[in-house]
Order: sequence, then C-alpha cells, then structure tokens
Amino acid sequence: MRVKAQVAMVMNLDKCIGCHTCSVTCKQVWTNRPGTEYVWFNNVETAPGQGYPRQWTDQERWRGGWELDRRGRLRLKAGGRVKKLLTIFSNPDLPTIDDYYEPWTYDYETLVTAPLSDRDPVARPHSQLTGRPMEVTWGPNWDEGLAGGPELATADPRLRGLEEQVRMTYEQAFMFFLPRICEHCLNPSCVASCPSGAMYKREEDGIVLVDQERCRGWRYCVSGCPYKKVYFNHRTGKAEKCTLCYPRIEQGQPTICSETCVGRIRYLGLVLYDADRVEAAASVPDERDLLGAQRSVFLDPEDPEVRAAARREGIPDDWLEHARRSPIYDLAIRWGVALPLHPEFRTLPMVWYVPPLSPVVSTLEADGYEADPDDVFGAIDHLRIPLAYLAGLLAAGDVEQVRGVLHRLAAMRAYMRKREVLGETDASLAAFAGLSTGELERMYRLLAIADYGDRYVIPQAHAEMGDRLLQQQGTCGLDFAGGPGNCGAVDPRPDTTSPVVPTDGERFHLVDLLEREEHRGA
Amino acid sequence: MSAGSILLWVILPYAAAATFAVGLWWRYRTDQFGWTSGSTQMFESRILGWAGPAFHYGAIAAIGGHVIGLMIPKSFTDAIGMSESTYRWFSAIAGAVAGAVCAVGFVGLVYRRATNVRVRRATSRTDLGVYLLLVVLIGLGCYLTFGHNLLTKTPYDYRETMSEWWRSLFVLQPDVAAAEGANALYQIHAIIAWAFWALFPFSRLVHAFSIPVQYLGRPYILYRRRWPAASGGRRR
Ligand code: SF4
Ligand code: SF4
Repeated sequence: MRVKAQVAMVMNLDKCIGCHTCSVTCKQVWTNRPGTEYVWFNNVETAPGQGYPRQWTDQERWRGGWELDRRGRLRLKAGGRVKKLLTIFSNPDLPTIDDYYEPWTYDYETLVTAPLSDRDPVARPHSQLTGRPMEVTWGPNWDEGLAGGPELATADPRLRGLEEQVRMTYEQAFMFFLPRICEHCLNPSCVASCPSGAMYKREEDGIVLVDQERCRGWRYCVSGCPYKKVYFNHRTGKAEKCTLCYPRIEQGQPTICSETCVGRIRYLGLVLYDADRVEAAASVPDERDLLGAQRSVFLDPEDPEVRAAARREGIPDDWLEHARRSPIYDLAIRWGVALPLHPEFRTLPMVWYVPPLSPVVSTLEADGYEADPDDVFGAIDHLRIPLAYLAGLLAAGDVEQVRGVLHRLAAMRAYMRKREVLGETDASLAAFAGLSTGELERMYRLLAIADYGDRYVIPQAHAEMGDRLLQQQGTCGLDFAGGPGNCGAVDPRPDTTSPVVPTDGERFHLVDLLEREEHRGA
Repeated sequence: MSAGSILLWVILPYAAAATFAVGLWWRYRTDQFGWTSGSTQMFESRILGWAGPAFHYGAIAAIGGHVIGLMIPKSFTDAIGMSESTYRWFSAIAGAVAGAVCAVGFVGLVYRRATNVRVRRATSRTDLGVYLLLVVLIGLGCYLTFGHNLLTKTPYDYRETMSEWWRSLFVLQPDVAAAEGANALYQIHAIIAWAFWALFPFSRLVHAFSIPVQYLGRPYILYRRRWPAASGGRRR
C-alpha cells in the first residue's frame, strides 16, 4: 500500500443552472491572454450536445486516453512511444482550432469613431487569429441549451445507438448542463503522452501540471487527454491546462470556479488512494467494472492501518483529519451518489458528478404538479433515455449504477419531503437508500444546503516541508513571460497591422531578452 | 589571398560556428520558456500532415549525407577500394532522394505559411529569415545534386575543393585556396549555410536539440514533489 493524497472535486449536476460564472471567472484569471483566446480551462456544455471541442467524447476519432491491448495490458490509445516519436513532425490526432472555435472580438472603436449618421454604428466581429472581419459560425457554447435543435444535439457521440429512443421534440427533450475542468486523473494519459516529460502529477496533492520550461510544444498531451483539457497556447508554443488553482488550494482556498459557482454545485476535498492499485484498476477488462475498480482504489481515512501507512508516506496529520471530513469521500464512496465522467477512458478521473435527477422529475411535473415520490421511482425506471444516456456519461454504460444513484437521491428527496411536510421520519426510505436516517440527513445538508465550510474541506500546504516559501513571498509562482494575468510578466503589446489582434507571432525577441537581462543586472 | 577571401573562408565559418555554440548555450540557459517547436499545426493540419514529416525526414537525411560527404576524404574511399563512379552514384542517388523529399516538404510548408492567413500571422521575423535562408539552401542544394551530380556526364568533384576546405577548418588550418577554387554555386551554398547556423540558436530551430528520445525509456506517469526537500521525484 502506497498512500497518496489527492485533491478531488465533485459537481452536483442537479443544481448547475448553466450560468457560466465559473467559466468566466476562470477565464478572467487564467486564460485572458493572447494565445489562449480560445482556451477555457473550465467550460460548461449542454448535454446532449457536441461539447467543446466538438465531439470530444468520440475517442475512435481523437484517440485519447487508454485502451487494453490484446493481452489485456494498458496502452495509450493513440499508440506507443515509438509511434509517437516517428510521427512527431505532425501529430495525427490533433484537433484544429476549428474543432474548438475561431476566437473573435469586435472592432468596438467604430462605435466611438463612426461619423454621425441615421443608423447606429455596429461593431463587427474580427478574428483574433487573423485580424480580419469574420462570420461567427461556431462558438464555445453554440448549442447551449439545445440551441440549434436536433441537428446539432444529435451529433453528440454519446447518443450513438440511442437514436431510436431519443426524442428531440420540444416536450420530450431532456437536457442538463455539464461543467468540465481537467480531471487531475490518477492515471493521466496526458502525462504519459508527453514525450518531453514536461507534465507531471504532484506527489502531495495530485494536481497535474505542465512544466512551462520543459514543454517543447510536441502537442501529444493535447491529443492524449481524452477530455481534451490540455490546450496549446499558439503564441508561446507551449501546452497549458487547468491548474486546479493550486496557488489557492495551497492556501486552503477553493478553486476560482468553485468559489464563484452560483449554484453552489461544487465540492472540494481530499481523498486518500493507493498508488500501487492504480494501474490494476485502470486495466480491468470489462468497462462496466471500471467504476467499482476506481472506487476500490480509494482508501478509508478512518481505517487505522491506512492512517499509519499515510503517516509513513509523510502525509501530515491535519491532512488526514481533512481527509476524514472530505465531502468527496462522502459523496463518491460513503453514499455512492457521485460517479466519474467517462470512466471507460481509463484515466481514473478525479472530478466526479452527482447525476441529475431533475430531468426525470421535471417530466413528471410538466403540468405544474409536484411529483409524487412513488411516481419518481417508477419514472426513473421507465425513462430509459436519460438513464442510458447518463450511464454512457458516468458509468461506462452500466445503467444499474446510475439507477441506483438516482434511487438514492429520490429517496432522500422523498424522505425530506415527508419530514418537512408531514413531520414524519420514514426510516424505510433511508433504508431504501442504504443509509441511516442520520446519514441521509447529512447527505441532504451537503447536497441541498451546501454550506461553504461543508463544500470545501481543503488543507493548507505545509510550509515546513520545504524552505521555498520565503523565496516565493510576493510572487504567485506563475511569474513567467506570457504567464497568466496580473501576477505574471505580461507580454507587451507588439506592433500589429490589425486594429484588433495583438499578435505578430513573435516568440523570441533577442532584444527583449537582453533588456531583461540588463534589468536583472541593474 | 585577399581580405575578402579571408572574411568568407576563415572569419565567417569560425564566427558562425562560435555564434552557434555560444548562442545555443546562452539560449538554453536563459530561455527555456521560449524553447519550443512553435507548431502551427492547430491552424493548418492537412498540408502539414505530409509536408512536415517530408521536410523533417528529408532534412535529417540530407544533413546526414553532408556529414558523410564532407567528412570522409577521397583518400579513404580510394583506400577501401571504392571507385570514383561507385561513390558518385551512391552520393548522387542518396542525395537526390533526400533532397527531393526535403524540397517537396519544404514547398508544402512554404505554401501553407504563405496562403493560410492564420499561419502567416503566426510567422515571426526570425521565422521569415529562416525560411529565406532555407529557400536558397535547399534550392541550391537540390540544383547542385541534380544538375551537377545526378543528371550530368561530368559530375563536379566537390571532394577536391569544398570538402578539403571544410575539413581543414577543423584542424584550424583553413585551406582558403581550396574554397576559392570551388564552383561559385557551391561557394554560395556554403556561405548561406554558415549564415543559417549562425541564426539557428535564435530561432525556433533549436527544437531540433529536443528530440525526446528519453521518452523511450521513462515510466509513463511522472510524479514531482512540490517541496524538493523531502526526496527527488518518485515514479510509479
Ligand atoms: S483530464 Fe487532466 S489529468 Fe486527465 S488526462 Fe486530461 S489533462 Fe491529463
Ligand atoms: S457557476 Fe456553477 S451553476 Fe453556474 S454554470 Fe458554473 S458550475 Fe454551473
């Protein structure tokens, strides 16, 4: 047993209202720079829908993640090391910018400088890549809320095989929002795909990062990640990805997306896992066993043996205390209501999701009536479409797993409704969910009330583990040219022929470097 | 021996070689963040799909051919009993294949850079300089390989002129006369080549030194410690 700690996340899809506050605040902090215009470390897509980049879930096309070879051993779906080196001059599986979208801005200046006229001036879209006027024909959320109708939504690869059952008519359609960040996987195929060894998983908290100094721009992480959550900064020529806001996590604070989440759907906490079991769990032959295998990698923070082993690995005591109170362990393991996103990619993702019960309930409440709990149980079983779809999303197609989770959630609702409306405590509903009444009420508090202190249980990084904190005072650790936002050395806006686009593609200025050296010397 | 000759055949090669070596070292020390392939594949993937590999593989073969052709003296091939015509056909055919593959790929790369606006906008001044030098280098190189070696009855024997001079540079006794006596096209090819190596460390060509062969032998998943005090990187 080799115990490691991982900062993990759970999102409660029932409560996501698709407001995109998380995406915007994340972008504002991390990717509001030339070269990352098209990059959304956090994005919220509509399901069913194509997602961002378009149809990213289709691994037959993108070849991200892992698969089993004929002898049942784990290998990268895109091919092994030799193949990667031989095809290094042109990555065969790389998405192009159009698979994301061509970033644009508007020539706002015309609003100010337009001559007096009868008609209002219009700011036109300009491509941020070419500087030229463009027609906007696709964007990061083009099919938001099923916009674009059946043609766009049915292009969701997850709907394959469900065409017969899927109803896209207005009354029968179902949808929910799926916020996504990097999964900070236990078995990250991005790390495995990077030929330069620039990507790594942090030992202490499991955050997956790209070493900007060692990245050489081979782009295999971009194609190797099945969730398409590594992005290529076309200005710096380096890969970038969600950092799980590690400067905040190290201070015990939640990530920006979590902190600002309007629906309060996000949970952050520690899980302990056995690093020695990761590979075996990722290699189980039957995809439907993957969920169980992934759960079995987690270690019970109450188990004295686990705690002793954790201490031997140097995990501090206060971290173990945090692991004990972890909302992630509650939701994913103790109560079993959170599921991993596309476990069949075999990367052991560490952002899990509570599946949405609302699409089920809302079909029953269409006429303005409150759904009867008994109807809800029946409906879960009968609404095969959402169930099969959710199973494809969160359980590698295992409908029983999703049904079980939805039943537990429905039981919780029914139990609480009875308690609130009739003042009755129905222990049979708790038993149905497989929990004590006390635990069921705790689950209700965590999911429905979702107090800040319950949602985020994040230990601080330990300064005494290194001598570098002092050196880092006053910097944010992201202090590199082209680095994000306010704390990095921001590139000066270079000459440009475009009124809109601040790029000349220059990546290395001899003169700049010399000047920088001079400043350093001075 | 005129001052011009000394400049071209003594000072230029040593200055360029020094710039190459010192420049690389300095860039590596100060600019890890800028050290990248600078790929534009996400802007244009279709042409790059064949042109990129063709150019790179062709260029690697061509550079290898140069090393062999320039390094091995005539006396050596004579000594092992390789006749002049065997050597000539070997070098001409191998050189022509490498040159053609490289040139075709290069034309593809230039074409996409010129016609695709996104790629064009991502082209820096240094890139332009590199492209310009490569046009001359590859163009001349192919012309010399085909016109002066493969498709002619009287192949030009660069081994008695340019090669002699090139090797003499290594023993620090530049044989200026050998270079002066060479065909003018070969001379231009050599001069442009030195300019190319001098520009090399300051362009994104440096990614050639980052071919990640270590990937073949390392574990797939890498861990790093935040606080290096505890222990070095541990791996699965
Ligand atoms: S989700 Fe994140 S950690 Fe997992 S493979 Fe993709 S980039 Fe790597
Ligand atoms: S801020 Fe929260 S509720 Fe709003 S879209 Fe993001 S995850 Fe959903």
